[in-house]
Amino acid sequence: MAARVEACTPCHGNQGEGTSDVYFPRLAGKPAGYLYNQLLAFENGRRKYPPMNYLLEYLGDPYLQEMADYFASQHPPLPAPVPSDVSQDVLRHGEALVTRGDASRQIPACASCHGPTLTGMEPAIPGLLGLRPNYVSAQLGAWRYGTRTAKAPDCMQIVAGHLTEADVTAVAAFLATRPAPENAAPVPKGTYILPFFCGSQPN
Amino acid sequence: MRSAWLTLLLFLASTGTVAQAQDNRTVVVTRGEYLARAGDCIACHTAPDGQIFTGGRAMPTPFGTLYTSNITPDPETGIGRWSPDDFYKTMHSGRFPDGGLIYPAMPFGSYTKVTRADSDAIFAYLRSIPPVNQKNRPHDLRFPYGNRSLILGWRTLFFSEGEYKSDPSKSAEWNRGSYLVEGLGHCGMCHSPINALGGTPQSEAFKGGLIPMQNWYAPSLTSNREAGLGDWSIKDITDLLQTGVSARGVVYGPMAEVVHNSLQYLNDEDTKAMAVYLKSIAESGTRVPSSSALPTTESSLLTSLGKTVYDARCASCHGAQGEGKPPHWPPLANNQSIEMESAVNPIRMVLNGGYPPGTEGNPRPYGMPPFAGLLSDNEVAAVVTYIRTTWGNRGTPVSAREANELRSAPLN
Repeated sequence: MAARVEACTPCHGNQGEGTSDVYFPRLAGKPAGYLYNQLLAFENGRRKYPPMNYLLEYLGDPYLQEMADYFASQHPPLPAPVPSDVSQDVLRHGEALVTRGDASRQIPACASCHGPTLTGMEPAIPGLLGLRPNYVSAQLGAWRYGTRTAKAPDCMQIVAGHLTEADVTAVAAFLATRPAPENAAPVPKGTYILPFFCGSQPN
Repeated sequence: MRSAWLTLLLFLASTGTVAQAQDNRTVVVTRGEYLARAGDCIACHTAPDGQIFTGGRAMPTPFGTLYTSNITPDPETGIGRWSPDDFYKTMHSGRFPDGGLIYPAMPFGSYTKVTRADSDAIFAYLRSIPPVNQKNRPHDLRFPYGNRSLILGWRTLFFSEGEYKSDPSKSAEWNRGSYLVEGLGHCGMCHSPINALGGTPQSEAFKGGLIPMQNWYAPSLTSNREAGLGDWSIKDITDLLQTGVSARGVVYGPMAEVVHNSLQYLNDEDTKAMAVYLKSIAESGTRVPSSSALPTTESSLLTSLGKTVYDARCASCHGAQGEGKPPHWPPLANNQSIEMESAVNPIRMVLNGGYPPGTEGNPRPYGMPPFAGLLSDNEVAAVVTYIRTTWGNRGTPVSAREANELRSAPLN
């Protein structure tokens, strides 16, 4: 399978660990259901990034599932957290949003869905560790502006719609400072109850 | 008692006829579906995230953007009120039921060769799919191209109406292949040069050309210097058409779409017929080296940098001597698509990589990595120059500028 997905490696790394390009995400160890949803979204054009749309356009869905399974089963170590170039105030704001949310602005804590250790939950909620701030900011921005969407109810679009630009910067910066937990694998399905219904993670 | 028997017999006879009529109808619809695939109707009449045959796909052209039409049997927005005659008129004459002229992005210049029986079968199939109420989006053409009477001029120059005429001097198989390639397959739409008026003179048919707006080069099907298949075995040709990969080469880019949506569904006889025909139209003649526009010193610098890049990045799959590991890693030595005059496709493959289509015969294809982010313009030019001019390949060097220009080529 490694040879079959070699086309993915210049941008995502040999084992899906990511590369020096800060906009290309780590794939390794993310739940297979999440990766499959993204591959389908790139294949049918729901998620728009021409180099990905082009590569996947004529591959069958069972093959995409195999690719998702492959990267989900890779476990290269998470990168060491990088020192952040934002202020302590910003980091504290990010920590508050990630761990507690802001009920007054209807922002749930990231951890309430992505898990207390932020490693995600099977089958389709991705972990948030090992991603560079630029990537997280770009994705949250894309959710806010509606250029990235998912199956309705599109929970990430709803949540991101409540975030300001300053929130996005703070969340992205704080996430990148998190050290790897001992067990970086996504927790099994149903380990905790989601705060609301999400189209891409059927209960 | 006797009359009861008679009634029973009559009843049996009549149900027999109904069942037979239904069978015939199913046969026609199934045949129509097959032919619709041979014509690759879906490629244009289905939007990427749309329902099948509801149209709405944007077709960028040098004259503006066309939006394809809804061909589901919806009476209001589709072809639900059309008769088989109406449908035949669009296929054969390029005219709507009211006589209006159809833009030649619809390949009626090829479909005109389709027989009435095949047109009726496709129509029967389209009538059998679920109707979807979805209005056609108006075209968005630059002045003066919104004026449909201009199509009359185009038709005078480039359109000759008429069903396919068999060549009695050729075999039935050859004629079947010719009918499919020139008719439903509408291969000439891409594999023929298109002039500034958006048409192809008859004499230039299948001579290859850059596909407008897509920036992929559709190689000549008649020149053995390009995609002419004169020295290919029939098996290699049928493998390529049916599975997307072969011992001689692999399809990528727009041709991956054609194999994925259309050619993989053709039966063995039709695929072989197309192969026989395609092989026969390649013009014999020896390959002559083309002359380079680049100064010799620049070429030799490119070639030596190219070897360094090739050995580091490409040789593990394509082999130190460009021999490849067919069918999944195509050979680069003695590969026409690498050597041909236009270097657009090899440059784009290095920049964008790509997967051949997933097909029944090759459901888990191997992909080529995109190197746009890893190699500079100079390195891309160098490695493409290297593979075009080494191992007996007789292509010409390419410049960093050519490589740079294709970085912004549209991807899908």
